[in-house]
Amino acid sequence: MKNMNLEMIVGLFLLAGFLSFSWLAIKMGDIKFFMEDTYPVTARFISISGLKEGAAVELAGVKVGKVSDIHLDNGEYEAVVELNISNDVRLQDDSIASIRTSGIIGDRFIKLTPGGSELYLEQGDEIEETESAISLEELVSKYIFDSE
Amino acid sequence: MIEKSGREFLYLLETIGRMGIFLATTLTNILKPPYTPYPVIRQVYFIGSRSVIVILVTGLFTGMVLGLQGYHNLKKFGSEELLGSAVALSLIQELGPVLTALMVIGRAGSAICAEIGIMRNSEQIDALECMAIDPYKFLIAPKFIAALISLPVLTFIFNILGILGGYLAGVVLLGVAEGAYFQGMYDSVVWADIRLCLVKSIIFGLLIVWISTFKGYFLHLNRSGVFGAEGVSRITTDAVVFASVTILVWDYLIGSLILS
Repeated sequence: MKNMNLEMIVGLFLLAGFLSFSWLAIKMGDIKFFMEDTYPVTARFISISGLKEGAAVELAGVKVGKVSDIHLDNGEYEAVVELNISNDVRLQDDSIASIRTSGIIGDRFIKLTPGGSELYLEQGDEIEETESAISLEELVSKYIFDSE
Repeated sequence: MIEKSGREFLYLLETIGRMGIFLATTLTNILKPPYTPYPVIRQVYFIGSRSVIVILVTGLFTGMVLGLQGYHNLKKFGSEELLGSAVALSLIQELGPVLTALMVIGRAGSAICAEIGIMRNSEQIDALECMAIDPYKFLIAPKFIAALISLPVLTFIFNILGILGGYLAGVVLLGVAEGAYFQGMYDSVVWADIRLCLVKSIIFGLLIVWISTFKGYFLHLNRSGVFGAEGVSRITTDAVVFASVTILVWDYLIGSLILS
């Protein structure tokens, strides 16, 4: 310990703290230091109940992006969801975006189903085909009240 | 009886006022030049670096307990894959800042309080004043800055070790999928949680150093009239108990203020 002076120990301590903080911030807090290779597309839903910003976007079960922004279109009374899709994934312009739940009480995520068109979605385009969130309560009440 | 409760109230009022003035004087002294980094570094070494071993051990075992308990509770619902997010969220939001603060109170807060108390007792603080050295600037300010730097650093080290402990207990010993543990964590912890942790640790650092230095500095105004070795032991106990209770109360207050 003779060749470790006070400043070095304090420096090591501060460095350890800084590394821990940056690991947490980058890995979990989604703080971006580098530009990520994604492009934005939007999708409109009649109801998104339970979908949150940061939710996963999946294609064939593989995570290909995330929800970056959710807001309400006041004229149409529809939810406008902005998705950041990874650059190496190309989507046809008739792809279908649907809101699903992982498990029974799990988080909501957006499931993309590829279409068959020759045209691909560009940056800022809108996914036309959407399916809103399926609410278990609505299904149950429909079943109860329709079966009379 | 009424007279006695009135006297109690006045004493309480006086203490609160003195604490406020103490804090204000110290903070203005921190901002005032000259800035001397070396005493601060020495205090960071004392409050921060020397606490690392304690924090490593408590962090690791807290994480392991969380992993163990969480696993057995979540298993009942068949959702072991939530273990990672349960461990990380409870560590980052609550246990990290609070347990780190309690450890620092026990290790450094008590020592700070006793040190300043003894200096007051042996009239070293009066000697400083005689030499026209401001004891706030010379003694108290470096401890304040050092505590404000050290607490967040220690808290984040605690969090990392806790997550590692949860990994050891949950993934290595109990067999939760490794990917599920880490991915669940990345998905559920957001920047707001980390910010909450940071805010809490800074406020706890301030509270710890404020209470311990205050109690030591005003040893001579101690109402029980006991000075000397017994007086120092008494104010140190006071400082540790008061700081621990205050930390827990503030933990709730900050949590409800920021989460709501």
